[in-house]
Amino acid sequence: MTARIASIAYNTFREAVRDRVLYNLVFFALLLVGSALLFGQISIDIERIVLVNLGLAAVSIFGVVIAIFIGIGLVSKEIEKRTLYTVLSRPVARWEFIVGKFLGLSGTLIVNTFFMAVGFFLALLYLQHHFSAPDAYLLVAIYFIILEFFIITALALFFSSFSSPLLSAVFAFCAFIIGTFAEDLRGFAAMTSGVTRWLATGAAYLVPNLAPLNVIASVAHQQPVAGTLIFHNTVYALLYAGVAVCGAVLVFERRNFK
Amino acid sequence: MSSSRRITTVFSALLLLCLAGQALSVRRLDRLREGATLQEVLWIPSPKIVKRLSLGYTGLMADIYWTRAVQYFGGKHHVQSQEYKLLEPLLDITTTLDPHLVVAYQFGSIFISQRPPQGAGDPDAAAAFVERGIRENPDAWRLYYGLGFIHYLERHDYKAAQEAFQRGSQVPGAHPFMKVLAASMAQRAGERETAFYLWTMIYDTSTDRMMRDNALRRLESLRVDDDVDHLEALVRRFQAQTGHPPASWFEMIAAGELPGLPLDPRGKPYKLAPGGRVEVQSPGDFPFITRGLPPGVAPSPLLAPEAPPPGRGVPAGRKP
Amino acid sequence: MLAIETLQLEKTYTVGFWRKKERRALMPLNLGVEEGEIFGYLGPNGAGKTTTLKLLMHLIFPTGGGARILGLDYRDPRVKAQIGFLPEQPYFYDHLTAPELLDYYAQLSGVPAGERHRRIPAMLERVGLSDVGRLQLRKFSKGMLQRVGLAQAILHNPKVLFLDEPMSGLDPIGRREVRDLILQLKEEGKTIFFSTHILADAEALCDRVAILHKGELRGVGSIAQLAPAGPARVEVVWQGGAAAAAVRGMGAEVHAAGEEMRAVLPEEKLDLVIDALRRQHARLLSVTPVRGSLEDYFIEKLGQPQGVSP
Repeated sequence: MTARIASIAYNTFREAVRDRVLYNLVFFALLLVGSALLFGQISIDIERIVLVNLGLAAVSIFGVVIAIFIGIGLVSKEIEKRTLYTVLSRPVARWEFIVGKFLGLSGTLIVNTFFMAVGFFLALLYLQHHFSAPDAYLLVAIYFIILEFFIITALALFFSSFSSPLLSAVFAFCAFIIGTFAEDLRGFAAMTSGVTRWLATGAAYLVPNLAPLNVIASVAHQQPVAGTLIFHNTVYALLYAGVAVCGAVLVFERRNFK
Repeated sequence: MSSSRRITTVFSALLLLCLAGQALSVRRLDRLREGATLQEVLWIPSPKIVKRLSLGYTGLMADIYWTRAVQYFGGKHHVQSQEYKLLEPLLDITTTLDPHLVVAYQFGSIFISQRPPQGAGDPDAAAAFVERGIRENPDAWRLYYGLGFIHYLERHDYKAAQEAFQRGSQVPGAHPFMKVLAASMAQRAGERETAFYLWTMIYDTSTDRMMRDNALRRLESLRVDDDVDHLEALVRRFQAQTGHPPASWFEMIAAGELPGLPLDPRGKPYKLAPGGRVEVQSPGDFPFITRGLPPGVAPSPLLAPEAPPPGRGVPAGRKP
Repeated sequence: MLAIETLQLEKTYTVGFWRKKERRALMPLNLGVEEGEIFGYLGPNGAGKTTTLKLLMHLIFPTGGGARILGLDYRDPRVKAQIGFLPEQPYFYDHLTAPELLDYYAQLSGVPAGERHRRIPAMLERVGLSDVGRLQLRKFSKGMLQRVGLAQAILHNPKVLFLDEPMSGLDPIGRREVRDLILQLKEEGKTIFFSTHILADAEALCDRVAILHKGELRGVGSIAQLAPAGPARVEVVWQGGAAAAAVRGMGAEVHAAGEEMRAVLPEEKLDLVIDALRRQHARLLSVTPVRGSLEDYFIEKLGQPQGVSP
């Protein structure tokens, strides 16, 4: 069982890595990080702030784009191109397939983020000429970005288990946007009453809670990140990704592959 | 097939578990991060940057910031906080994103100016804020009302208040009350009835729940002030007529001086204190009263040093 | 033991926006395939052949009935290890090379690492792809993809093979090679169930065939059974265009291919035709008996209205 999942994961990873579109996106992101150095030359103090804000935002957004882009292909493309048939005709359970896909894509994103992070830290080094203690929190910010990717990937996987590539991308993107404002949605729900309150609260707890995972602004100002926040964010990301992956498995289990 | 059903069962259970778990996790995170998103407001160099980052969706972002501002204030108010650092920046951003969000200026006019814990306690900033709103929305007569309100209540600049009400009354479609208030400012600025009308107007015309609640508390407190004055006058009359102070309300009721047990707006009976004074049972119920306070308890620092002197009474039975 | 057995296997789709209309892709199908035989599953496009295969592969779920493969319920996970599947016009992971792809599939089928090292080159050789080495699959031609598809279907040494249009996209040489491969596999004791709409392939390979039309089984049996020799006919091939008119005059169609003329006619007219040819000094090349063709049977069965049992 684990061997098959590992096989599928590795194959997914390999397929993603060899897809040259990925390289373009990573390159573009690195370009943006580098250009942040130029933007920052408005005033001396603000250089680091601009670099961190723009650089990490670039890593985050491009990562989400990659996550959605490849994520939607995970299942939809496999069905359209019928590569799935030859896999499922083997002693592979459908759920193993889903889990393997998820792990493969997560791995791809971690590797991508690693390269983008390297580019980012090089830019930072160029700016500061050395690293200082508060820079460790930048790593936390990047870790949170990776957690965000897990969530988006899981959602992309879930959507692509039942809709077309285009729709899946749209849904995943919407989920990302709404998730950024999940806290506000909960606030709004608290202010309403009656049926609206039930619906809004339900929705507010269903959408991904992405706001806590974005500490870019505070690490830009060299503010520390609490250990409890790191712990709870990790737990949350794993649980939420778990929801989406389980959902994908359940949908996939009953799906007719035309 | 049993294996398929087994998989369905296992993953359904796992799904529900994770769903419940993540909801709990969200609550935990919310508590951990209370106001963290709002704290980031302090990092924003200027509202104009927020506007640019909104990529054209300024209306939506304004609504989001407005919601955050209301939530922020409500949360702080609930715990009787003494400081509301983020209120002005939040409202500033809200109105930069959408200069025509009139309710934000109205909200700010009350809650930036009132003293903590009822507000941020910065009437000058509040006045400047509302003036900005007036510049952007010259037809919003309610904003002139808000401006006059700040001048009257917190800054005691009755002349400025009168000017504000006057300007507002000239806006087409303004409530006729504006003229009355302008006139009142000129002659009866210090009277309790003026304050009463002021707050009634806010209560009647506000759609925001917090503003209405605040107005209601103000009106209750005014009624208490009136009740206390009225009751103390009755006690004095009883003393004059019988030669001794009443031992209790029942004595006065028996003597026909009172129709029944006098109750404050919360339904609790007023206390008859030694020396012919009348007090409220729970001063905490009425943060804005100036009369009926137990000895040693000063009028709330919320209120301006010169509280309006006792004026024409409002009978105890009248509802705001 | 029957290698493949379907029991009232059926599939009905509900179509339309409100899911009200029904489309019967496969009517209740009862079919049995013996171990070790090559079974052809014939029918025009859209008959339901691929639907049947997908049902057996459990890629889609039946609306009724079931099946057994090698004695086990077809949904039993143990079945999958013993079958191989080649889907119609397959695509594969574009960015892998053929050996990588086969390695992946072999891993999924549970072939141990050492075995994989041995088998993969052997498989590639067997399907005629020994020198593709590092070429990524997206550069493969249709024919090459088909061969890879076959390789992945057989590399784990399954007992039963399900092939959907195995000859599609192949040139005549390729088709010959695949035919030979299938015969070899039969000799190894495997059961082969393949669907096709090319009757010539079926005639050349199959022990038995089934004919499917509009989701309904129209006929099952060996070629000899289904297409018995009708009125005996012969094919005459000669050189010399002059005689054509005379032969045509006897009611036979004459086809010319360069100098060669050929005609198919009932056996009783053979003597008349040979006389005609001799009179015209034509050079007789061959006289061959023609048995009733599967094609005739096929078209006949297709022409029948639905519900008529074979």
